[in-house]
Amino acid sequence: MSDTKKISKTTAKPEGLISRFMSATELDTRLIGMVGALALIWIGFHLYGALVNGFGAFLTPRNLWNLSVQTSSIGIMACGMVLVIVTRHIDLSVGSLLGFCAIIMGVIQVNILPSFLGLGHPLIWVIAAACGMLLGATVGAFHGWLIAYRGIPAFIVTLGGLLVWRGAGFLVARGETISPVDSTFALLGGGPYGAVGATGSWIIGLIGCAAVVFGVINGRKQRTKFEFKLRPVWADTFLGLVGCATIIGAVLLVNAYPWPRGIVRRYAEENAITIPEGGLFISHGFAIPVLILLVVGISMTLLMTKTRFGRYVYAIGGNPEAAALAGINTKMMTVKIFAIMGFLAGLSAVVASARLNSATNALGELDELYVIAAAVIGGTSLSGGVGTIFGAILGALVMQSLQTGMVLIGFDAAVQRIVVGSVLVLAVYLDILYRRKSK
Amino acid sequence: MTVNTGTPLVEMRNISISFGGIHAVDDVTVDLYPGEVVGLLGHNGAGKSTLIKCLSGAYQADSGDIFVNGEKATIKNPRDARSHNIETIYQTLALADNLDAASNLFLGRELLTAAGFVDQARMEAETRKIMARLNPNFRKFQAPVSALSGGQRQSVAIARAVYFNARILIMDEPTAALGPQETQMVAELIQELKRQGLGIFLIDHDVHQVKRLCDRASVMKNGELVGTVKVADASEDDLLAMIILGKTPAHLAA
Ligand SMILES: Nc1ncnc2c1ncn2[C@@H]1O[C@H](COP(=O)(O)OP(=O)(O)OP(=O)(O)O)[C@@H](O)[C@H]1O
Ligand SMILES: [Mg+2]
Repeated sequence: MSDTKKISKTTAKPEGLISRFMSATELDTRLIGMVGALALIWIGFHLYGALVNGFGAFLTPRNLWNLSVQTSSIGIMACGMVLVIVTRHIDLSVGSLLGFCAIIMGVIQVNILPSFLGLGHPLIWVIAAACGMLLGATVGAFHGWLIAYRGIPAFIVTLGGLLVWRGAGFLVARGETISPVDSTFALLGGGPYGAVGATGSWIIGLIGCAAVVFGVINGRKQRTKFEFKLRPVWADTFLGLVGCATIIGAVLLVNAYPWPRGIVRRYAEENAITIPEGGLFISHGFAIPVLILLVVGISMTLLMTKTRFGRYVYAIGGNPEAAALAGINTKMMTVKIFAIMGFLAGLSAVVASARLNSATNALGELDELYVIAAAVIGGTSLSGGVGTIFGAILGALVMQSLQTGMVLIGFDAAVQRIVVGSVLVLAVYLDILYRRKSK
Repeated sequence: MTVNTGTPLVEMRNISISFGGIHAVDDVTVDLYPGEVVGLLGHNGAGKSTLIKCLSGAYQADSGDIFVNGEKATIKNPRDARSHNIETIYQTLALADNLDAASNLFLGRELLTAAGFVDQARMEAETRKIMARLNPNFRKFQAPVSALSGGQRQSVAIARAVYFNARILIMDEPTAALGPQETQMVAELIQELKRQGLGIFLIDHDVHQVKRLCDRASVMKNGELVGTVKVADASEDDLLAMIILGKTPAHLAA
């Protein structure tokens, strides 16, 4: 639903080069703005490190790889938060729910299942993860039911949930940390073994490129079939190239980050490989949590843009009364939306506790704020009806980049909070200005 | 002029509904025959919109029955109404402002591809077709409807009601935001649909328009039905008298 398409019809007026480019590619100015902001943050932190600390640590494969892993947990939940905020609700409970799911999964895989299946049984991680996500979805659906069928505002229901689920997690684990998690489960959190390696990353990258090319060609076919206006060939080519270049760049990046030497040595010993002179270079490749985020992002984008469900989410956000008059069961939709949010909080709990290799009571604390901030910075409007999954993931990346960058250059926690808080307010203000102008 | 014999398309019998003590509709009975346009008249707040919302499924009457083709119909929600081929143009238009014309037109009844995905391209193509008929000047197919003028929005709402082969059409002030040319087009559309055998409830404050388009007129005042008259027998002054005084003139009272 880009407004830019309208511009392309006013052919009489001579347009500037930039606006012609924008209208031909049908790119969203907001999207470009976000990519620009991200680039600014990355380069800024790198230069700051290089000039002040004598070492630019930000734009290194190691840091960017870690950044991608750290973004996953928030990014996964941000995808669900888009649906919640688009329908004019809010979910303050996701951080606590994440913690609660993590603890339940921890109990299941550490205290319960090993005594039945034996330690390290291959089914343990599957059952634990499935339980966590199911639990999240159930709690989410319950929240949704209270909101839709009992008429309690989402703000109150989930504010209650914020306290209830944190407390419940504490009760279950009696405040103790549960660790270590199942060894297969731990792979879902990333780390050298929890990544797909160089070859796997290339395969994923090439599939991605093929999908981009297919998308561009198929788009042209559709438009031709219904005699809609086609994008110029150069614009489509440009979009395809940028898409493929981004993907290949990401593959090169994650493959440029090698396993640490200690792990390589252990791996070599276990597999009876002799390490050559200059050392053995084993790439990380894409981390599994990043791939999980990727799958979630793609599925949720499909859900939101290509299915009736997604249509109804936007319609409810735009005008709840009209949606109901069009025969949409808006109450059931609310339950489903919160169930999805809860499911994703459960999935996030898998990633977060696997990464930490333990379930602690503090897991996910303040995450609700980062998740909401990610969605909002990514262009989800708090007044409802507007927001994209891709934007929210980008928003999560922006938030995490700020966080990571400040840690790298040695800002202390107090300053970090001040900066993140200010950025959130500023981002929303810019968004309001942008919307006012584009109206 | 239609001769109203046989089974009515719709019959709303003794409908009552109140909101917190206010009798918005009080024991009102109206009916509608195929190929007929029935005007609903009354002052602001008379209960016209509320009455038809009981038929469109937006509200459920506190008491009273609805018959469609002589059979008792339970209309609990808008989906039930749609399944009885009842389509409605609401006074508020009921459009999702953030979606484009096609998405609004097909809201709740999206066209799907073989894979089960929403077929936006086909929906847009269909929208272009019907808009070419209803409002040939309409161009903004990709803009969200919030970017449309009042009249353009109204034509989207009309297109939505007409597209799905309604048998019973409810139009709540369909021309309120339209210019003279567009109003004329809606008038022609109503006459065409009438010829096709649809039954239409038309709510309109313009007595002249009602005179021109309707076969019968039902007048409401303070939630109650004043009376139903054949438009051919009633002058504009008669209709105005009914609306304002709330009494059916002696020469029309059957
Ligand atoms: N949802 C509601 N809640 C409370 N009162 C309502 C509601 N809907 C309608 N009413 C009341 O019912 C009465 C009838 O309203 P209605 O909208 O049916 O009038 P109308 O005849 O359509 O008027 P208009 O010509 O202004 O559109 C009014 O007094 C109104 O205030
Ligand atoms: Mg009304």
